[in-house]
Amino acid sequence: MTTIYRKSKGLQDVPMHYCPGCSHGIVHKLIAEVMEEMDLIQQAIAICPVGCSVFAGSYFACDAIEAAHGRAPAVATAVKRTHPNQPVFTYQGDGDLASIGAAEIVHAAMRGEHFTTIFINNAIYGMTGGQMAPTTLLGQRATTAPGGRTKEQAGCPMRVAELLSTLEGLVYAERVCVVDIPHLNQAKRAIRKAFEKQMAGEGFTFVEVLAACPTNWGMDPIGANRWLMEHMAEYYPLGVVKEV
Amino acid sequence: MKREIWKGSEAIAEAAIRAGCRGFFGYPITPQNEIPEYMSVRMPAAGGVFVQAESELAAINMVYGAAACGVRAMTSSSSPGVSLKQEGISYMAGAELPGVIVNVMRGGPGLGSIQPAQGDYYQATRGGGNGDYRTVVLAPASLQEAADLMFEAFDIADQYRNPVVVLVDGLIAQMMEPIVWKEHPGRPLPEKTWAADGRRGRAHNNFVTSLFMDAPDCEAHNLALLEKYKAIEANECRWEELMLDDAELVLVAYGTPSRVAQTAVEHLRSQNIKAGVFRPITLWPFPYARLREIAAQPQVKRFMAVEMSTGQMVDDVNLAVAGQKPVAFYGRCGGVIPHVSEIEGAVLAAWKEGL
Repeated sequence: MTTIYRKSKGLQDVPMHYCPGCSHGIVHKLIAEVMEEMDLIQQAIAICPVGCSVFAGSYFACDAIEAAHGRAPAVATAVKRTHPNQPVFTYQGDGDLASIGAAEIVHAAMRGEHFTTIFINNAIYGMTGGQMAPTTLLGQRATTAPGGRTKEQAGCPMRVAELLSTLEGLVYAERVCVVDIPHLNQAKRAIRKAFEKQMAGEGFTFVEVLAACPTNWGMDPIGANRWLMEHMAEYYPLGVVKEV
Repeated sequence: MKREIWKGSEAIAEAAIRAGCRGFFGYPITPQNEIPEYMSVRMPAAGGVFVQAESELAAINMVYGAAACGVRAMTSSSSPGVSLKQEGISYMAGAELPGVIVNVMRGGPGLGSIQPAQGDYYQATRGGGNGDYRTVVLAPASLQEAADLMFEAFDIADQYRNPVVVLVDGLIAQMMEPIVWKEHPGRPLPEKTWAADGRRGRAHNNFVTSLFMDAPDCEAHNLALLEKYKAIEANECRWEELMLDDAELVLVAYGTPSRVAQTAVEHLRSQNIKAGVFRPITLWPFPYARLREIAAQPQVKRFMAVEMSTGQMVDDVNLAVAGQKPVAFYGRCGGVIPHVSEIEGAVLAAWKEGL
């Protein structure tokens, strides 16, 4: 009998708590597969966020550290600088990274810290129940913007990959999504490239993943993926944002 | 051994490096800037990591990160900056991470002043951030003691997996005094088997976290922390007694005011007033039991807490004395250092009034 597919050794053999149609599980899998293929599981240190993926350290098979809300890049800075030969990555959502942790991610990128950030942009606060994020689209409904986000009240959404790409310390930024197999494969290639550049000591690497949140968007999983491609991918263009 | 003249901030920084600190993460704030400045040169030379962080928040979270993967790490700041660090200190206590936080206290609240003060006593000794936790608080009164206690701070942090605060007023950090660099044999410390520094063959992954989704689990965690704090209270309490054998009046003071109080006591004794000084060295755990014993002694008539605040440690003095004898208070605040004559005057006024 030939094994044609198995769960990555980069993940622990435990059930995940994510909602049906949520992208987190898929992105976890891609990171796990990249770690396994690059033989990094035994060395890697994951820095986990606050938000839906707060339990990521219970899912990844590598060592992990739970950071305070938004502070993962600060934690990762110290971890990487004290363990410069080991792979270090932060896994952060948009409330965590783009709002409360905006200073930490900007300055980690400015310093060109040699770790990788996987940024999950689902345009909403998931775990707290659907509040507006810095990445919520204009017109998109949230529990703190029940009539839809307006430019007058909350400004326009933040394109984080582009913002960070103005900093010299960032050597690679790509925006991807995981709505279907071709996009998923591209996302995995981007994550792998980010880890390769990290291990080569090139600088700060950043992969933004447009992610679906059917629960808080009030959609079914297929509808959420369709909405993601029609609306999010329009405002947040997919592809390489910067590569040095 | 050779006596060397050191500046307080630099002595604290040098002692930390000699104590094995290999991660320093800080942010500029007066009156402690000489600590990060010294570290920026000396830490890389010692093979450690120095980062000037973007904020106090980032700095303490860098300490959290370094501690989580097993590195002896510290930060330093002054009062307003230490307020910002409380988030990270709470997370360190929750995740049971060792680390040292030096607070060079200045006047407050808010921006306050940049002169020496002791207004952060409550914050330091009652946890300071959210949740049920304690930080060990060491309060040196001289540069020699500051240097010696830095070694203890890292050892205590590692032994109990808990943040330790070294609480000094701005005078201690800014003045110069002779120091003898002593050998510190240290204490036996547990292996950091919990550190998330890469599995490297370990059968399971280590996950450093302070999160417990189920309330009974979180309660059990809090109760385990409580047991640890009880052990610290039993093992780590420190204080100094000066001229207390026959003292009728006991001045209680820590840091700079304890030195002023000592001089005041010498003057008072020349006027046949039997005064002495009780100096807590650990502010948490506070030496309640010893102070209560002293209060029970028949010749002791009265206590007076002397602080550079409007009265914070005096609450602990009252808890210790427990109504056995009257407790008076004298303080200057906002960055003003009490003069010997003021303490003498306050003692004489209390003496005439009460005895």
